[in-house]
Amino acid sequence: MVRFILRRLLQVIPVFLGTTLLVYYMVFALPGDPIAALFGDRQPPQAVIDTLRSQYHLDEPFWVQYGLFLKNLFTFNLGNDFTGQPIAASLARIFPVTAMLAVEALVIEAVFGIAFGVFAGLRRGKWFDSTVLVASLVVIAVPTFVLGFVFQLVFGVQLGWAKPTVGATADWGNLLLPATVLGLVSFAYVLRLTRASVSESMTADYVRTATAKGLSRPRVVMTHILRNSLIPVVTFLGADLGGLMGGAIVTEGIFNVPGVGNKLYQATLRSEGPTVVAIVSVLVLVFVVANLLVDLLYAWLDPRIRYDQ
Amino acid sequence: MRLTRTSKALGIVAIAALALTGCGAGGGSNDGGGQATGDPNKIITAYSNEPQHPLLPANTNEVYGGRVVELLFEGLRAYDPDGKPVNALAESIETTDSQNWTIKVKQGQKFTNGEEITAKTFVDSWNFAANSENLQNNGFFFESIAGYEEVSAVTTETSADGKTTTTPAPTAETMSGLEAKDDSTITVKLAQPEADWSLRLGYSAFFPLPSAALADPKAFGENPVGNGPYKMAKEGAWVHDQSISLVKNPDYSGPRESQNGGVTFKFYTDPGPAYTDLQSDNLDVTDVLPSNALKTYISDFPDRNATKPVATNSTLNIPGYNPNFQGEAGKLRRQALSYAINREEICKVIFSGTRTPAKAYAPPVIDGFKEGLKGSETLTFDAAKAKDLWAQAEAIQPYDNSKPLQIASNTDGGNKEWIDAVANGFKNNLGIQAEIQPFAKFAEVLDLRKSQSLPGLSRAGWQGDYPSLYNFLGPVWATGASSNYEKYSNPEFDQLLKEGLAAKTTEEANGKFNAAQEILFEDLPGLALWDQAKPIVWSNNVVKAETGWNGGIRYFDITAK
Repeated sequence: MVRFILRRLLQVIPVFLGTTLLVYYMVFALPGDPIAALFGDRQPPQAVIDTLRSQYHLDEPFWVQYGLFLKNLFTFNLGNDFTGQPIAASLARIFPVTAMLAVEALVIEAVFGIAFGVFAGLRRGKWFDSTVLVASLVVIAVPTFVLGFVFQLVFGVQLGWAKPTVGATADWGNLLLPATVLGLVSFAYVLRLTRASVSESMTADYVRTATAKGLSRPRVVMTHILRNSLIPVVTFLGADLGGLMGGAIVTEGIFNVPGVGNKLYQATLRSEGPTVVAIVSVLVLVFVVANLLVDLLYAWLDPRIRYDQ
Repeated sequence: MRLTRTSKALGIVAIAALALTGCGAGGGSNDGGGQATGDPNKIITAYSNEPQHPLLPANTNEVYGGRVVELLFEGLRAYDPDGKPVNALAESIETTDSQNWTIKVKQGQKFTNGEEITAKTFVDSWNFAANSENLQNNGFFFESIAGYEEVSAVTTETSADGKTTTTPAPTAETMSGLEAKDDSTITVKLAQPEADWSLRLGYSAFFPLPSAALADPKAFGENPVGNGPYKMAKEGAWVHDQSISLVKNPDYSGPRESQNGGVTFKFYTDPGPAYTDLQSDNLDVTDVLPSNALKTYISDFPDRNATKPVATNSTLNIPGYNPNFQGEAGKLRRQALSYAINREEICKVIFSGTRTPAKAYAPPVIDGFKEGLKGSETLTFDAAKAKDLWAQAEAIQPYDNSKPLQIASNTDGGNKEWIDAVANGFKNNLGIQAEIQPFAKFAEVLDLRKSQSLPGLSRAGWQGDYPSLYNFLGPVWATGASSNYEKYSNPEFDQLLKEGLAAKTTEEANGKFNAAQEILFEDLPGLALWDQAKPIVWSNNVVKAETGWNGGIRYFDITAK
């Protein structure tokens, strides 16, 4: 088990180097002098621009810049962004917000997705199942930003149930609206996966056996059907956590959430290589760890899967 | 079980219904009305975004930091809503020759940390700002003062691959022309006479700084201590990426007395959510509207909007290095281009009246502005005349029509629509191919303008630093000026600017500056397009808001309900 985890963690290194190199290069290749762009029409004295450029090593070739970035990273020094703020402090501010948003979205999609999926799967072909299937198709088809604007307008502006934007007061309650929007699309997928899986297990021999033994319906559903049906769902949820962290850009923009998405968007606009790469690096880590957790969950869900052999 | 199932089903129906009704929804309800008794203690929330630099007056040259700095500090002068300077910390500002100035500073004024403000405070702050080693973005505002050259000196090195870098290398610590005679008297000697010099003393670069700022500018910039109508609400009131909270400074006694208890700037990366927040009274005032709201903001916010002309204009620059626009034929062609733009219609249709057709190279809100300058008739739309002038140019030297005439612009700022309209005007009235040359980012265009490698026209905008005609001419069109990227140069124009600066009275100076504009109309190095008006909207919590001459909201004047 330990060896398995170690091996997985070692895999992070090439993934990490590859991603950061690629992202760094893409930001580097963006045209325009990012320092000059900070100032707009009215340029400061050339000495200011040049000093800033050398401060951020923007006058060096790409490999030198990337090398310095890596060197700094291994000494746990993320440097400053173009506004002079330490990047590490800014990551410490934005990641908890987005993590809250992503976890809330994940809980919403998991709880409702699995619940709806199980009910639909157990009553395959009935009116509830059909309604849920059609509705989930609609949810999948509607782009996130449309959902976001509609929710904001209806629940935020017209009904006044929630504040239309989050802003500085990002707590669990305020994040509920964006988290719902963020979780809705994945909710539909979780629902459909669960439904398919459950309805397949319904016809399995062990379920018939369990029922024949006289086990109560809830018992059959909870321990026999659900546990077996959850493997594909858990896989999806694990991969989705990483996606939710990174994919919050649109939602965070609409609801003005001071998180990763907004920061990433601004940093990209400003061609702030170090900030963009720092954020993406953490996202890569989240992704890898989430997938590791999924693999470990397999063993619990299905004891036939063993890792230390 | 049964219960859960039904409620879930209902939930789905609700979602579907919302998706249907959401689209047809209008703005929020507006009963307005009510007694407008102001609450002087209420905190106003305002649209903003993360400032790009620590909050030091001489370092802040972008809007989001600028609006905070202007509220935290008070300078020698301030501007009234029309841009007329009034004395704030200055008791008097006098000169007899426009070159030697004597400024009397009001006594007994203090920073909010108790430090007294004297003549020395200003001298130290200005020397700090001008010193090239301190890398203050607005350092060049002190360039008129004698001795600036030494304090701001730099060395330029050229590396092996031909790249030049400039590093600060001051040869003096203080400007020779700047002196504190006693606690209340500053004497300033300018390098040359400048009649409008005192107009700029209300600009943030000239604000005084407490000694802590000079000792550790970076730390100070995080928690600035000023002398303005507001102060930071507490240590760490600037929550990065989220907000800055200011509260009323109870000790302030100047022309900008605050009418509310404080201002909290909430940061938005996009104006869309802010607009939504305003509709639900979750935000009190914004000066940045999403571009799709320009047509609807008046109906969305009836009685809660204002649009006032401000000192910002736009031009279309014509590069002198393009052979098509050189010589006598080039001159005729530049005129033809100007006549072929229907400014009136573009302002009305595309900008929904938030811009007005240009009448000169400076906007009407600037003191000394004059309509009907010689040559300004080129600003009217006249298709026949445009065609005729173009034909005359063709007779002298044929136009190289192998490539379309391009108008360079970044496309992220809502510029595409009007550029398409201008290009269509060129196509229809001159019979040439014209199109937008799109760039993802503003910085790209700026780089290419600097290196003079744009094939065609480029758009440019200018926002006044201080309310003076000169500020719209000198930095943009004078030979070698900092923002004269196309390197336009006309000695006659430079001479008139110089004479204007040396003039004894403002009237005389403005006369020279207007004469200088007539030379621009003759040469047409750029086509004046339109002047901006700034629309703002406010929430039901606010009685009224207003912008100043430069388009900044006068936050201290806002009264809450």
